[in-house]
Amino acid sequence: MKSLAELQAIRDKMKGSVGLRKEDGEDTIRVVVGMATCGIAAGARPVLAAFTEEVAKRNLHNVMVTQTGCIGICQYEPVVEVMAPGKDKVTYVKMTPDKVARIVSDHLVNGNVVTEYTIGASAKA
Amino acid sequence: MFRSHVLVCGGTGCTSSGSEQIIATLEKEIERNGLKDEVKVIKTGCFGLCALGPIMIVYPEGSFYSMVKPEDIPEIVTEHLLKGRIVKRLLYQETVQEDDTIESLNNTNFYKKQHRVALRNCGVINPENIDEYIGVDGYQALGKVLTEMTPEEVIQVVLDSGLRGRGGAGFPTGRKWSFARASVNEQKYVACNADEGDPGAFMDRSVLEGDPHALIEAMAIAGYAIGANQGYVYVRAEYPIAVKRLQIAIDQAKEYGLLGKNIFDSGFDFDLELRLGAGAFVCGEETALMTSIEGHRGEPRCRPPFPAVKGLFGKPTVLNNVETYANIPQIILNGADWFNSMGTEKSKGTKVFALGGKINNTGLVEVPMGTTLREIVEEIGGGIPGGKKFKAAQTGGPSGGCIPAEHFDIPIDYDNLLSIGSMMGSGGLIVMDEDTCMVDIAKFFLEFTVDESCGKCSPCRIGTKRLLEMLDKITKGNATLEDLDKLEELCHYIKENALCGLGQTAPNPVLSTLHFFRDEYVAHIVDKKCPSGVCKALLSYEIQADKCKGCTLCSRICPAGAISGEVKKVHTIDKQKCVKCGACMEKCRFGAIVKK
Repeated sequence: MKSLAELQAIRDKMKGSVGLRKEDGEDTIRVVVGMATCGIAAGARPVLAAFTEEVAKRNLHNVMVTQTGCIGICQYEPVVEVMAPGKDKVTYVKMTPDKVARIVSDHLVNGNVVTEYTIGASAKA
Repeated sequence: MFRSHVLVCGGTGCTSSGSEQIIATLEKEIERNGLKDEVKVIKTGCFGLCALGPIMIVYPEGSFYSMVKPEDIPEIVTEHLLKGRIVKRLLYQETVQEDDTIESLNNTNFYKKQHRVALRNCGVINPENIDEYIGVDGYQALGKVLTEMTPEEVIQVVLDSGLRGRGGAGFPTGRKWSFARASVNEQKYVACNADEGDPGAFMDRSVLEGDPHALIEAMAIAGYAIGANQGYVYVRAEYPIAVKRLQIAIDQAKEYGLLGKNIFDSGFDFDLELRLGAGAFVCGEETALMTSIEGHRGEPRCRPPFPAVKGLFGKPTVLNNVETYANIPQIILNGADWFNSMGTEKSKGTKVFALGGKINNTGLVEVPMGTTLREIVEEIGGGIPGGKKFKAAQTGGPSGGCIPAEHFDIPIDYDNLLSIGSMMGSGGLIVMDEDTCMVDIAKFFLEFTVDESCGKCSPCRIGTKRLLEMLDKITKGNATLEDLDKLEELCHYIKENALCGLGQTAPNPVLSTLHFFRDEYVAHIVDKKCPSGVCKALLSYEIQADKCKGCTLCSRICPAGAISGEVKKVHTIDKQKCVKCGACMEKCRFGAIVKK
């Protein structure tokens, strides 16, 4: 390594990874995937993996992807909840890995809820 | 990309309580559950709460599992890592609230008042991976220094920060550097004192184990500031994990070009080597340390000349302690004002203490200077086990003194400790409760210095031996009050005449206990009693006739066959035969045996 630029490149590459090990910041958006037996059976694992990949790809340092147990609406699994500070919780249901990219770009980055994937839309249908 | 990181402490404390096995089991279980590409296991340095080891933290949740056993791992993996259900029963119970919610680790009593500067990466990064250090702004300070600052500017920042040597004496680091800078010589050296030898001290070891790159970066900065291109780390061979990680770190830094020729294309060269000490306490004294690096027997020499003028191999040398160096990159990055906003008027920044002795949370803590002893012992340390009363704390190891309960609220900094006859030392803090005999403690430290005296000067070689003999006489009940005066006189004589710091400070434990607990010395001499019931020669065990039921348990347990008596009759102890082990008292179900 001969330049500061190379040092910065390694730092930026590692920041996303090491950044996982800190307390939540005030602007942290939590993406919680239901990973109880019902969720896993319905295919929550690939959904979780897709979120992790997508968030890493876009270098979103303020998004924390995590899992939780049974949310209680097993017929709607896989369920993903997005909790942004100061906003109502949004519940996405019957998730698939294909739906993830749109939620990340529309909702997590731009703040626009993808209404058609939410529990409200699903219940009406 | 991993969605979850599992950090397992790989410091000496947790390693000895089995963290290697935890890591192996964890990796096996993660593989078995198909989580290998989602969850990463990282072996880190010390988290600080050594009493609760092995320690494990799961991120992003920040769940803090303590005293983890290999048999708990399958449950943690299937429940927490697979299904996202935190296993509350296995968490550090201070983080589990009454309403069953989980509190952040940073809000627990142990961490709440801590402020981590020197330890900021310990327990956060993998010390064997340079990329992780770079990921937390590592080597940015070196880059800044080499590309934007002159050596004079670097020294000015360190001067302005008010950083003082963390090895114990508290000499301003910036002044040391400016002396070495001012010494004209084509060859200069930077050295690091990692020969941490005080009983009960493990601050430097934890920095070396948890964040070795911080030391390397700081030493390179020091080299640039004073104009040296070679550094030596003198580390004791009894720290195998620290030695191994430091060597890995040096190799990685060389591979990245962060050590070696023309670092960051600035024209500055710096190389670093390890030197292992063989465990002599005197080699922590700076002149003895340098003599030892040179390959000679580790003996001190007279000062002046000071190392900044004539040090290693006769060349100007800056020698600082590990913790001092660990602060440097942060000071460069955040500025002198950031650093000197912490601490007291004359002692800036933070100090790491190794908490040990009669304390619930044995471990490593870093607090701003000026934190009171009460806060450290009662809040961070979680108080004294068994509800016993605080009697005193020993700081500075064999060179320091004790702080009695009457000074419990003293803000700890260099000058306050000196004013009450103790010293900061490197930061060992041994807590003692009411069951500790202060004469016995003084004797313990004197035994240590007698063993460790190098023998070069007679005040230390002969003087400490005589001190120990007098203390021995006191604890056996054979001393007179006249001996007490002689003891004190000899202490002052040694302090004034010994060659190096070891001898000059060796009488401190005696002087400070004599100052604060003279009544205990007098009790040993005049009443022939040890008030704390420690000194065996002055103790006797007796069976109280009204409480003894004649169960014969004590007579069966006594290893010396000193207890006799018939079934259902009162037993008696033969004082001639009794070895005062206390086994009978411990086992008696009726509380009939007393210690006098």
